[in-house]
Amino acid sequence: MPIEAPALELRGITKRFGPVVANDRVDFDLKRGEVHALLGENGAGKSTLMSILYGLYKPDEGEIRIDGEPVEVDSPAKAIELGIGMVHQHFMLVQVMTVTENIVLGAEPRRGGLLDVREGVRRVRELSDRYGLAVDPDAVIEDVTVGAQQRAEILRALYRDARILVLDEPTAVLTAQEADELFQVLRALRDGGVAIVFISHKLGEVLEIANRVTVLRRGRKIDTVPAAGATEQSLARLMVGREVLLRVEKPEGKPAGPALEVEDLHVRDDRALETVRGVSLTVRAGEIVALAGVDGNGQQELVEAIAGLRRPESGQIRVAGEEVGSAGVRDTCDAGVAHIAEDRQLRGLVLDFTLAENLALREYRSPPLSRHGWLSIGRMNSRARSLLREYDVRGGDPGTLASSLSGGNQQKVCIAREIASNPHLLIAHQPTRGLDVGAIEFVHRRLVTERDKGRGILLVSLESEEVRSLADRILVIYEGAIVGEFPPEASEEELGVAMTGGGAGQAAA
Amino acid sequence: MTRPPDRPEPEPAGAALAGEDYPAEAAQTPAARLAAYIRGGGIIVPLLTALLAFLTAGLVMLFTGHDPLATYRAIFEGTGLQWLFPWVTGEDRVTAALNLQQTLIITTPLILTGLAVAFAFRAGLFNIGGQGQYVMGSIAAVWVGSSFGGMPGILHILLAIAAACLAGAAWAGIAGLLKATVGANEVISTIMLNYTAIYVGLWLFGLGGPLQNDREATLPVSNDIVEGAKLPVFWGDPVLQGLHIGLFVALLAAVAFWALLNRSTTGYEVRAVGLNPEAARYGGMSVGRNYLLVMAVCGLFAGLAGSLDILGWQFRLATNDIQAGTVGFTGIAVALLGRSTASGTVAAALLFGALFSGTSQRNLDPSIFEPELAGNLIPIIQGLVVLLVSADVLVLSLLRRGRGMLQPGRASRRALGGREGDA
Repeated sequence: MPIEAPALELRGITKRFGPVVANDRVDFDLKRGEVHALLGENGAGKSTLMSILYGLYKPDEGEIRIDGEPVEVDSPAKAIELGIGMVHQHFMLVQVMTVTENIVLGAEPRRGGLLDVREGVRRVRELSDRYGLAVDPDAVIEDVTVGAQQRAEILRALYRDARILVLDEPTAVLTAQEADELFQVLRALRDGGVAIVFISHKLGEVLEIANRVTVLRRGRKIDTVPAAGATEQSLARLMVGREVLLRVEKPEGKPAGPALEVEDLHVRDDRALETVRGVSLTVRAGEIVALAGVDGNGQQELVEAIAGLRRPESGQIRVAGEEVGSAGVRDTCDAGVAHIAEDRQLRGLVLDFTLAENLALREYRSPPLSRHGWLSIGRMNSRARSLLREYDVRGGDPGTLASSLSGGNQQKVCIAREIASNPHLLIAHQPTRGLDVGAIEFVHRRLVTERDKGRGILLVSLESEEVRSLADRILVIYEGAIVGEFPPEASEEELGVAMTGGGAGQAAA
Repeated sequence: MTRPPDRPEPEPAGAALAGEDYPAEAAQTPAARLAAYIRGGGIIVPLLTALLAFLTAGLVMLFTGHDPLATYRAIFEGTGLQWLFPWVTGEDRVTAALNLQQTLIITTPLILTGLAVAFAFRAGLFNIGGQGQYVMGSIAAVWVGSSFGGMPGILHILLAIAAACLAGAAWAGIAGLLKATVGANEVISTIMLNYTAIYVGLWLFGLGGPLQNDREATLPVSNDIVEGAKLPVFWGDPVLQGLHIGLFVALLAAVAFWALLNRSTTGYEVRAVGLNPEAARYGGMSVGRNYLLVMAVCGLFAGLAGSLDILGWQFRLATNDIQAGTVGFTGIAVALLGRSTASGTVAAALLFGALFSGTSQRNLDPSIFEPELAGNLIPIIQGLVVLLVSADVLVLSLLRRGRGMLQPGRASRRALGGREGDA
């Protein structure tokens, strides 16, 4: 029997956008029944490559083969026809329609010209049973969890008979538990003969799920290695091109007086549900306190209350001794609170503003950036220039639009602005979300530096790895209350138990 | 987190520069879309939009049995723009001057109603209420202008203009206040306020109305404004409706618009609110307060337009003028075509002003240009412009076919100062 052709082969793919070469003669192959990870920093060309595969972009050079046959993929419709399924990082689901309706959308089972809902539900059930993709076919998308939405996306691809499944950073939106469930599904799919491309920049999960790993760097393929035998350190080196510190090295902290004191804080969310229920905590100057917890346990509202974005129901917030309880954002900032927002694109930046304008967001009202209500463009630019240099923001000058920077550089802009306001308290809410290892290293180092300068840092993170390596103290939040305090040496299991409500009552000091 | 599966982001350069992140994933406000649009094709896209509108209107003429070239030529001659050509002399030049004065008289309020819509666009709001704000400004101006007979001229003019600005600002401010406090959609409320303003005018100046003129009880017209309240004419004969100084006021307003938006902290807030309200709030701004402020400024521009028309050449307000007026509505097309920048709005206002005067009954040569055609041509072109601008995606993609002409990445790297291509 001849050697079976790979399910998918990309040969010498080159894609240029003007002067930028996003993909430079990239080769990639995928066998039936394997998970092949595509690893690279933000901007390395992973998504561009997969967009070419999915017919969103046309390559300038190169060839795509499926089962050994050269094919032309000129549209997503063609890709689907060729058995390629794509699960985007940002789901393409209609919020108000049911799971089944979303899955069959565009390929509806019909009876007499009408949508055959029952047939649709039956086929969705069948697929979901076969691969262990638990969904409620009749639930409306906006009511189900993010994990379930993702499973619906995968089902949608399978429903269209996808034999090649591309997942773009699928774990970015999932909790650790949901990610584990996803991996089980992927293994089932793999064993069922589906070939899977797994795009990620998280080293740990790549090693866990992938059979082989292809590393891209600046548009070029660096190497393809078997996952067995690779380590996080070796992959990071391939990815970044130099040795990377995966653990933060930090000297012993020297905490001083309190930078933030929160007492018996109660906060309601937009739906008027009380999601912060009597939180008390202290962050001292010169220490990093991490707030660990599963997403949706009140972190969002707690951070917003401290940052002045949300009015607390009751309780007290003091910054460096000054009460800021229900002051607005502006007064809270003036009292010395800086806030690295969780979502830099939705809140932290005005994407269509220039970097100089974005860097002025906190201080545009006062000299030297403005006088008597008139902006000083020159000073905004020169201040931006020095901040961009200090924080090593690449790919932009003061006149560049924020939207044209990569995620890591956007985050550096946010961090630069917040630290430049010289705060007593720096709230870092998911400061490394969606960043690659190089940028994560930068952010972590910077937070430690600022701690050592005597700022209090409240780190809110879903990554227990990050929490344990950065924090001087760890507070666990569960259902809107602090359920335990742990030293950074606490084990992953200990934290995990507390984060899911099991550790209540047995808090260690 | 989830976006509707409408279209993938075919923004190659943006994607390349933004790295692996799919671009434009933040919620797209109208202002953000506009910003992308402004970046998209420099000055080419609006020119192309106008050109396409004229071409399509030409096709309409062709299919209805007219000669588009002769018609457009006649329109151009009607605008008086050939006055700018030094080789036009003698009798032709005199006629051209008269026509150009008319063109600029019509352009003046269009600049301002265009700014009234453009300013709202920049804050992410859609001000359909320019017409109502213009009417309220006209009412205030005609009332003040026809009262206080003994006042010194300059003071009287300033007072009338100030009253009109305030009236327009207050009128639009209602929509802004509703938006800021209870979240009422400004599109709906400004449309409704248009009707309200029009009917207020009909009542005030209608038969038996409180501000109907004192002399002729059968005419639903206001009193004439007093001689001293009329704006000075600086070009042409005041008796033959020469060009009044309101044009400079409008141009000054455009400069003020640019400075306010691009050089003041207020404008910084307005733009931030327009592009990303959530980030504006995070930056310590009050989004609601900005909505109110922005609408008031819009109304101020439109109210100013009303006063310049009254004090400049109308001198009185008749109920049928109030009913038939379209200056405020045309402002929407002006702002769209001018892409909500100061210079673009002035240019687009001139285009529409020229169209109006070029097709006005006065300048008609009935052999080329039947009145029915003249009356309908502007609405056709205006509608096409709005349609084409709304279909910006279409125009941009047509343009991209040509490739290489535009490089969004490069366009986005312009320096901070005057980056909208305004100045």
